[in-house]
Amino acid sequence: MSAPAPGMFSQDALALLEQLRLNKGKANLEAFAETVLSLARENRNIVVVTSDSRGSGKLVPFASELPQQIVEVGIAEQNLVGVAAGLASAGKIPFAVSPACFLTARSLEQIKNDVCYSDNPVKVIGISAGVSYGALGTTHHSLHDLAVLRAINNIDVVVPADNFESVQAIQAAAAQSRPIYVRFGKAAMYDLPRTTDDFVVGKARVIREGTDVAFIATGETVIHALLAAEQLKSNGVSARVVSMHSVKPLDVDVVLQSARDCQAIVTVEEHLTAGGLGDACASAILEAGVSVGFKQVGIPDEYTVTGSQSDIFRHYGISMEGLSHQAGNLLANRNLSMTGN
Amino acid sequence: MIEISTEQLLSKSWQYRRNILKYIKHAGAGHTGGSLSCVDILNVLYNRILNVSPGSFNDPNRDRYIQSKGHSVEALFVVLADQGFFDESQLETLCRYQSHFVGHPTRHVPGVEQNTGALGHGLPICVGIAIAGKMDKADFRVFTLLGDGELAEGSNWEAAMCAAHHGLDNLTAIIDYNTLQITGRTRDVCDNSPIDKKFAAFGWTVRCVDGHSFDELTTALSDSPVKGRPTVVIANTVKGKGVSFMEDVVKWHHGVPSDAEYAQALEEIDSHIQAQGILL
Ligand SMILES: Cc1ncc(C[n+]2csc(CCOP(=O)(O)OP(=O)(O)O)c2C)c(N)n1
Ligand SMILES: [Mg+2]
Repeated sequence: MSAPAPGMFSQDALALLEQLRLNKGKANLEAFAETVLSLARENRNIVVVTSDSRGSGKLVPFASELPQQIVEVGIAEQNLVGVAAGLASAGKIPFAVSPACFLTARSLEQIKNDVCYSDNPVKVIGISAGVSYGALGTTHHSLHDLAVLRAINNIDVVVPADNFESVQAIQAAAAQSRPIYVRFGKAAMYDLPRTTDDFVVGKARVIREGTDVAFIATGETVIHALLAAEQLKSNGVSARVVSMHSVKPLDVDVVLQSARDCQAIVTVEEHLTAGGLGDACASAILEAGVSVGFKQVGIPDEYTVTGSQSDIFRHYGISMEGLSHQAGNLLANRNLSMTGN
Repeated sequence: MIEISTEQLLSKSWQYRRNILKYIKHAGAGHTGGSLSCVDILNVLYNRILNVSPGSFNDPNRDRYIQSKGHSVEALFVVLADQGFFDESQLETLCRYQSHFVGHPTRHVPGVEQNTGALGHGLPICVGIAIAGKMDKADFRVFTLLGDGELAEGSNWEAAMCAAHHGLDNLTAIIDYNTLQITGRTRDVCDNSPIDKKFAAFGWTVRCVDGHSFDELTTALSDSPVKGRPTVVIANTVKGKGVSFMEDVVKWHHGVPSDAEYAQALEEIDSHIQAQGILL
C-alpha cells in the first residue's frame, strides 16, 4: 500500500490558512444548488434541466421539493441544451446542469446556435469543472471550456471563487436576459476576504491590495494566489490578488490598472493556458501598450498528468509555493532588466 | 472459439469480482455496480470469443473490443490483467498520481483499444473500425459494450443507422442491460423501451440473453451473424451482481464499500466459491 495522497494544501499553506482565519465553506456546487432552489421557490418559471446529473449537481433536494420544476432528459447532453433553449424561448428560466466537460464539448453546437445565436437566455451550468474529477481522466476534465466559450458571441463566462461569488453569480444569472455559463468545482472552498459586497458580472473583485505583483486568478485557484501573496509578504513583496470571476466580459480596467500599478502579473486558472483567462489578460495589456512582467499559470498543452485535482494542481504549480515562486522569478527578472544587468 | 470450460469461467468470474472490489477499495473510488454487472460479459469475451492476447495486440487482424461504458473500467482492467496484458499488482496505482491506470480506459494501459469515458463514443468508433475491416476484406470482428442509460446519447442512434446502412455484419454491440443508471431506473429517467424493437427497426439482428449465463453469452456472441446486418446482444444483467447488498441498488453505481461492507462482500464471495466447490 502506498502512502496517503497529499491534500490540496501543504503544511505551510495550512498554517497560513489558520493564521488568516479563513472560514472553510462548502463546495461552490452546493452553494449553487441551494441558491437555485431558493430562487425557484419564489419563481415558478425557474426550471433545472438535468441529464442523469442531478446527483452530481446536488439537486436531489430540488427534485424532491419542486418536482414540477425539473426536467430530466437522460444521458443526452446535446438534447439537454436544445431542450433548455426551447424552454427559454417559451418563457421559462432554465438552468441546464451537467458536468462541464460534456456540456461544453458535446453540446457546444447547441450552446453556439440554440442558446447564443438564437439568443435564448439559458443558464449553462458546468459542474465539477476543470480537473475536479481528477483521476477520472481527460474525458472528465474541462480545460477547454473558457477558451471555446470566449470564442462564441453572446454569452458571459463566470467562474466563481468561493461560496459568496457562487451565490451571487447564480442570482445574477437568474436575473439577466443574456446567456451565461457558470462553472463550479466540487471541493469545499474557503471564504475569501470580502473587500466589497458588490458582485457584478464583468467586474473583478480585488480581494487583496498590493503594488509589486498582481495575481489575476479565477475560480478554485484564487485561494492559492491569496496564500502566495501572504507568503510573499514575508519576503517584502507586496502582492495584489484579483478574483477575475468574469472571464468574459473581462474586467479590462482592473487588468490594466494592475499592470500599471505593479511590475508583474501572474494569471492563474484551472484551464489550459491556451485561450483562457491568461490569454484574455495578455491581449488586453498588449493592446493598451502597457509593459509588465507576465506569466500564465494553468495546465500546459500536454497529456495532463494523472491524479486527483490536488495532484494536478501541485504538479503544475497551482499552489502557494508554485505561485510565489513564479512571482519571485518575474520580479527578479524585471529588476535585473531594469538595472541593465 | 477458445476452449475453456464453464467451470473455469465460473472460477474466474468470482476472482474477477473479488479483484474489482479489491482495487476499488484500494483506490477509494470506482464504478462498482456497473463493473459487477458487466464482468461476466467480459469474462466470456476475453476467455472465449476475442482473438486478442498480449502477443497479438498489434496484429491488424485482431478482434477489437471497445468499452463504450468506460466507467466500468475496473472490470476491464481486472480482466486484462488476468489475460496477461500487465501485472495485476499495477492496479494498486489505480487513480494515483502519475499512474496510467485512471478511472476510465486509456491506451496507456496495455490491452486497451480506445480511450473512453464520455458515454456514447464507443459505437461510432466501432462502426469506423468495422467499415475499415470491410474495406480491407479482413475477417476480424468488432465488439462494443454499452450501458442501458448510455443509449440516451443520440450518437448511438446515428451510429446504429450507419452500421445497418453499411451492412456491418462484423460488428456486435452488447448492451449491459442492468436497468439502472445514476439517478435511478432507466425507465424512470428516460425510458428507452422497447430497445429490442428499436434496434430491429434500425436494421439490426437482436439477440436477448441472460448476461450472467456463460452459455447464453457464448452462443449469442459466437453464432454467425446474419449476413449484411450488425448484431446487438441485449444482455439482461443485475447491477452489483454477486454481492447481495449491492445487487440492483442504485447507490452502488459509484459506491465504495466501507471496511465492514468490504469484509462482508469478500465473505459472500468466498462462501459462493465454497458452495460451488470451485478450485481457484
Ligand atoms: C457523455 C457522458 N455523460 C455523462 C456521463 C456520466 N455518467 C457516467 S456513468 C453514467 C450512468 C451510466 O448508466 P448506464 O449506461 O446504464 O451504465 P451502468 O448502469 O452499466 O453503469 C453517467 C451519467 C458520462 N460518463 N459521459
Ligand atoms: Mg445501466
